[in-house]
Amino acid sequence: MNSRDWIRDGLRAVLGGLLAIPLAALNLPLFALAVAALALSLVPVLGMLLFPLVTLLIRARADLARKIAGHSGVPIARPYRPAPERAVPGGWRYYKWIMTDPATWRDLAWLVPGAAAGIVLGALTLAVPAYGLEGVLLVPLWIWLGTGWYGYGAIWPFETVGDAFLSLPQGALILAVGVAVAPHLRRFDARSARLLLGPTRNAELRLRVSQLTVTRADTVDAQAAELRRIERDLHDGAQVRLVSLGMTIGLAEEMVEADPAGARKLLAEARETSTAALADLRHLVRGIHPPVLAERGLDGAVRALAMALPIPTAVQTALPGRLDTPVESAAYFAVAEALANTTRHSFARNAAVELRHTGSALVMRVCDDGLGGADPAGGTGLRGIERRLAAFDGTMSLSSPPGGPTIVTMELPCASSSPKIMPSSGTA
Amino acid sequence: MRVVLAEDHALLRDGLTRLLTAHGCEVVMAVDNGPSLLPALVEHRPDVAVVDVRLPPTFTDEGLQAVIAARAEVPGMPVLVLSQHVEPLYARELLSDRTGGVGYLLKDRVSHVAQFVDAVRRVASGGTAMDPEVVYQLLARRQSPLSALTAREQEVLAQMAEGRSNGAIAGKLFIGEKAVSKHINSIFTKLGLPPSDDDNRRVLAVLTYLNA
Repeated sequence: MNSRDWIRDGLRAVLGGLLAIPLAALNLPLFALAVAALALSLVPVLGMLLFPLVTLLIRARADLARKIAGHSGVPIARPYRPAPERAVPGGWRYYKWIMTDPATWRDLAWLVPGAAAGIVLGALTLAVPAYGLEGVLLVPLWIWLGTGWYGYGAIWPFETVGDAFLSLPQGALILAVGVAVAPHLRRFDARSARLLLGPTRNAELRLRVSQLTVTRADTVDAQAAELRRIERDLHDGAQVRLVSLGMTIGLAEEMVEADPAGARKLLAEARETSTAALADLRHLVRGIHPPVLAERGLDGAVRALAMALPIPTAVQTALPGRLDTPVESAAYFAVAEALANTTRHSFARNAAVELRHTGSALVMRVCDDGLGGADPAGGTGLRGIERRLAAFDGTMSLSSPPGGPTIVTMELPCASSSPKIMPSSGTA
Repeated sequence: MRVVLAEDHALLRDGLTRLLTAHGCEVVMAVDNGPSLLPALVEHRPDVAVVDVRLPPTFTDEGLQAVIAARAEVPGMPVLVLSQHVEPLYARELLSDRTGGVGYLLKDRVSHVAQFVDAVRRVASGGTAMDPEVVYQLLARRQSPLSALTAREQEVLAQMAEGRSNGAIAGKLFIGEKAVSKHINSIFTKLGLPPSDDDNRRVLAVLTYLNA
């Protein structure tokens, strides 16, 4: 991190601290509201309506806290159970859903300690840089005010002008420390919030299961569709050609005595058919698992892909060696699809692909300088990439403002604990 | 003509041996795996090596790596690489030492026996034999330095990349040999290849073509 990032992050955190205080203070009326609603829940009908409504408010506040925590680098997942079917506010199902979700009560339990932590930590985030700033600005202030009895930092009171000037380095130091520590304080605040706002182990597992159910269904569907396509292509393509090949050769065999010239013509035809069958098979193989991917891995395959594009495409890779085959394949097809989108829709003049392994994930970035305005909802391509990656818990994010540039960032979690070593070139 | 052959499928290896022998070549050695290929090439120094890209034990691109290594040790050793698929990336790597005597063909081309044997001879005598499929894949790209060439010049370059002589190109495109050499000179000019005694300007043009 260079010094500019450091200062920017620090200042942002100080600003976050400033915001955190009123937000934290908001927790207290919410808590009072919740207690009141609980007390009134004994009143028929009104209770069933009131408490869920207050809960919605509290959830909105908790979601805001989660979002802010996410910005300071502590992601907090939403722990709430999905609403049951046919649940309407005011209805019994809705009431039961709210009341039986442990996350409701954990949110409630967070409100008061969350307020305390938010106010104390927020004040601390602000106070230290503020005091440092005071030290930096003190000298002119002091001269202007002309107060005799005053001090700063370690020097109480100022006796001479020299003492007053000593507040300058002290103030600068305190300001620097305050700015440097501020992001840590924000993260500490976020982490303490995660204790109650994050999902419990149970809720986490439940979330995971529902997510896996969806991605597994998608994967199974995609696999089945892929197998159907392969079967159809073989059946209608290569298989038919091979049958006709056998037929032509058989015919030539019969003709070879009586009409050698005709037989020769048929044999030439047979050769053409065999070439066409091979081309069919080659095409099919490329769609299942491109040979260059098998031979060179992701690095070589993406380079070959870039070479075949109609626009100049820079490829930059930093990979530890061969990745696991399924990951390699998913990554390749995701990059291929992203690049296909680029050439099809973006009117870009240049494109770039970057592959990086962070140790825990493969990060793929495809950029172009085209029109921008890409939207996953617009076509099937980007959705397809999302589904392909989701099978491996991967994610895709898109930045494509109108006018460009478009940046597709894809991440595939994969540990590099057992990197497969590439055969060293030249000695194979 | 002495040939070293590398092919892991016994059926194809025998077929190729038979085919080459029938056309007056002597297969001095036929190997079926990657590790024994490089020593075989360096020891026998064949007039041409006919090599499959994918070989055991890892079934990746060992054949290709072996011939590139062999050409580093024995500069200009003519190699004809065969593969179930063609990849411009590999063609570029094969030609990157900028010496001639390189071929890269789909295995299907073996069925056109006469053309295949012709390609083997051409490579052995220092020419090139690029598969039309590679050429086609490159032509499919729209923007490239090649866009400066006229359609006719692109056709001539494609034929040149496949390894045809001026006479053969003239016959194929139904134009005079004089016209062909005029086109070729124009191609050399446009691709920035100044005249020199070096006979490899054709290879360089093909290389530019592959790098485009």
